[in-house]
Amino acid sequence: MATVAAAASSARPPWWRDLRVIRVVAQVVAAVVVGAALYVLWFNLTNNLRAQGIRTDFEFLDQPIGVNIAGSDIGSGASVRRALLVGLKNTAALGAVGLPILTVVGVLIGIARLSSNWIVSKLAAAYVELFRNLPPLLIIVFAFRAVVLRLPPAREAATPFDAFIVSNLSISVPGFRAQDGFETFWLLMAVALAVAVAVWVWRTRVFVSTGAPHRRVLWSVGLILVVAVVGYLAIGRPIGVTLPTLEGRAIRGGFTGFSSFFAVMGGLALYTASHVAEIVRGSIQAIPRGQGEAANALALSGFQRMRHVILPQATRIAIPPTINQYLNYVKNTSLAIAVGFADFVVIAFQAIGNGQPAPQLILLVMAGYLFFSLIISLVVNVLNRRLQLVTR
Amino acid sequence: MTATTAQRRSAPVVVSSPITWARTHLFRTWWDSLLTIVFGALAAWAMVALVRFVATADLTILRVNLANFMVGRLPRDQMWRPALSMVLVMAAIGFIGGVASASARAAATEAGLPFRVTRPVEILRRQWPLLATIAAVLALTRSIGPTVAVVSGLAAASVAYLLARRSPPVVRKWAWLIALTMFVAAYLALTVAGGVGWNGWGGIHLNLFITAAGILLAFPIGLLLALGRRSSLPAVRWLSVTYIELIRGVPLITLLLLGIFAIGYFLPAGLAPGAVARVLTAITLFEAAYIAEVVRGGLQAVPAGQREASQALGMTPWKTMRRIILPQALRATIPAMVGQFISLYKDTTLVSLVGLFDVLTVSGAANSQPDFLAQGFEVVTLPFVALLFWVGSYSMSREARRLERRLGVGER
Repeated sequence: MATVAAAASSARPPWWRDLRVIRVVAQVVAAVVVGAALYVLWFNLTNNLRAQGIRTDFEFLDQPIGVNIAGSDIGSGASVRRALLVGLKNTAALGAVGLPILTVVGVLIGIARLSSNWIVSKLAAAYVELFRNLPPLLIIVFAFRAVVLRLPPAREAATPFDAFIVSNLSISVPGFRAQDGFETFWLLMAVALAVAVAVWVWRTRVFVSTGAPHRRVLWSVGLILVVAVVGYLAIGRPIGVTLPTLEGRAIRGGFTGFSSFFAVMGGLALYTASHVAEIVRGSIQAIPRGQGEAANALALSGFQRMRHVILPQATRIAIPPTINQYLNYVKNTSLAIAVGFADFVVIAFQAIGNGQPAPQLILLVMAGYLFFSLIISLVVNVLNRRLQLVTR
Repeated sequence: MTATTAQRRSAPVVVSSPITWARTHLFRTWWDSLLTIVFGALAAWAMVALVRFVATADLTILRVNLANFMVGRLPRDQMWRPALSMVLVMAAIGFIGGVASASARAAATEAGLPFRVTRPVEILRRQWPLLATIAAVLALTRSIGPTVAVVSGLAAASVAYLLARRSPPVVRKWAWLIALTMFVAAYLALTVAGGVGWNGWGGIHLNLFITAAGILLAFPIGLLLALGRRSSLPAVRWLSVTYIELIRGVPLITLLLLGIFAIGYFLPAGLAPGAVARVLTAITLFEAAYIAEVVRGGLQAVPAGQREASQALGMTPWKTMRRIILPQALRATIPAMVGQFISLYKDTTLVSLVGLFDVLTVSGAANSQPDFLAQGFEVVTLPFVALLFWVGSYSMSREARRLERRLGVGER
C-alpha cells in the first residue's frame, strides 16, 4: 500500500499538467501581458507627444499659468505650481467646512429616522430618500443655478442680522480673528492638549489596575476647558469675533467665500449626509435586540442604555463606512468644475486650456486624489482591525 | 374568582383608534408633542409649497423641449427609431422577468416548496412612482406618438413575460443569449439603414444607454479582476489589487477628462475615437473596479466548504468555479449590482461636463433658448431632470431591497 502511494507521488506529471510549473507560467504570462500593454501605451504617449512638440517632463510646473485665478492673490504671472497649490487649498477648504456639517446633519437625521415620533421619523425618511436618489452633480447645479444665482446681486447684497452679507457673488459669515497674544494662547492650548492626553492615559491605567472609576472624559476635557478659559482671560482676548461689513463694494472682516463654494459645499454635504444617516440608522439597528433588552433588565435608564450599551457597539459598526463616505465627499468635490469654483481639478483644467500638457496635468491631479484616498483607506483598515470585537 | 383574574390578566385588547394611535405616535410626552407641532408645521408648509409650485409652474419650457430632454438632437423624422428600440428593450426586460419567474418556479417545485406568482396589482403598488412619472411625462407630450410607443412597450413586456413563463427549459438555458440578441436588436434599430450613430444621441436616452453599456462592458472585466484579487498567484493578485485601488482612489471626472483630452495620446497616431466612445471607455474602466469589489463580496459569501466539497468530488478548478462558486456568488451579488447600476445611472450626469449632449446639458441648453433665456426657468427644468433620475434610482433601489429579502442575502 505504501509502495503504491510512493510510486504515485514519485511519478511526476508531464510539465504542462504540473501545478508548480503552471503557477509560474501563469504569473509570468500575466506580468508580461500587462507589461506589454503598459509599454505600448507609454510608447504611443512619448511618440505622440514628441510628434506634436509637447514636452514630456514636468518643467511646465514653473511656467506662468497665464490666467487669473478668481478669489486668490496670485495673478496670471504665477507659476502653474503655485496655482495648483491654490486649487489644492480650495479643495481642502471644501472638505474642512463640509465634513463637520455633513456629519452633524447625517447623525441627526439618522437618529431622527429611529424616533418614536411618527412625523419626525417620516420627515427624516423623506429627506434620506430624496437626496440619496439624486445625482450629486444635479444637486450642485441646482444649488448654484436655482438658489445661489437668484440671490441679490453684489450691489444690493442682503445683510440679515447685520452678521451676514449675502449676494450671488459671495457669502460672508462671522469669522474669528487672531489678536495680540494669539500665538501664546495657541502654544498654551497645545501644551494643555498634551497634558490632557497624559491624564487620559493615567486615569485609564488607574481604572485598569484598581477598578476605581476612571472619569477620563471629565478629567481631560475639564482640564482643557479650564486652561482655555483661564488662558483666554489671562492673555486678554487673544481671539476676537469679526462681523463682515460692507465698505463700498469691498467686504471687510468675517469669513467670505464665493457663492459657488457654498453651492458645492452645501449641495454635496446634503447629499452625503443622507448616506451617513443611513449608516447611522443601520448601525443602531444592527445591534442585536437582546442588548437593549438586557440593558432594560439591568434597569439602566434610557440614556444609560444608549450611552453604555447601544452607542459603543453602533459606533464600531458605523465608523469605517462613514470614513468611506468622507472619502466619497472629497472625491465628489471635483464636481466643482460644474459651477467654476477654482478647486484642484478646475485649475488643472484651466492650465490645460492655456496650452500646458494635458497628460501630465491630468495624471498629476489623479495622483493627488489617489494619494489622499490611499491614506484614508490605510486609516480605515487600521481602524477596522482595532475596532473589531475580539471574540473567543 | 380565579377565572375572572385570568380573564383580567389576559392580553390587553389594543383598540387602534386614530386617537390612541396619535397618543402613542405623536403626543406621548410634552417633548414629543413639541416635536410633532414644530415638524408638523414644517411638513405642512413644505407640502403646501410643493403643491403650489407644481400647480402654478409654467411648464411651457418642458412641453416645447420634451423631445430634447428624451432623445436630444436626434432628427425628428427618425423618432420611430427610439420608439421601436424602447419596445424591444421592454420586451427583453419582460422576457428576463418571465424566465426568472419560470426558473424560480421550477426550483421551488423541485424542492417541494410553495410558489406564488407576482400579481400585476403588486407591481402597481410597488412601482407606482415610476408609473406616475411616465404618465406625467406623457401628459406633457403634444402628439399621440409617445403614448402609443409606451403602451406598445408595456404590451410587449407583458407578452414577453407571459411567453417566457411558459417556455421550455431549453429556452431558459439560452435565455441570456436571447435577451442579449434583443438588446443588440434595440441598438441596431437606432443605427442601421440610415439611422443615427451614438455620437448623435442625447437626452435621458444617452444617460440610460451609457449606464446599460457601461455595466455590460464592465462586468466581464470586473469579474476577472475579482477572481484575480482572490487568486493564489501573487503576481495576478497584486496586479488586480493595484488596478482596483488605483481606479477607486480617483474621482470619475478625472478619468473622463483623461478620456476626452488625453486618451488620444495613448493610442497610435490616426486613431481618433468619438466622444461617446471615449466616455464609454473611461466609464467602463472606472466601473470595472467597483464591480470587482461587488463580485469579491459575493465570492467571500460562498462558504469554503463548497469549494472543498467540489474538489473532493474530483471537479477541476474550472468546473468548480463555473458550476459551484460563481452561481452562488453571483446570486448573492444581485442586490449590490443593482446598487452599482443606480450609482452609475446617477454618475452619467458627469458626461455633461465633458461636452456630451445628455439630459443635464439639454436642461442648460433649454434655458439659453431666446424664449426662455434668463427668466429663471432652471427651477422648472432642473427639478424635471431630478425627477427622471430620482424615480429611476428609487424604483430600482426598492426592487433591490425586495430582491435582497427574497434571496435572503443578509440572513446568512
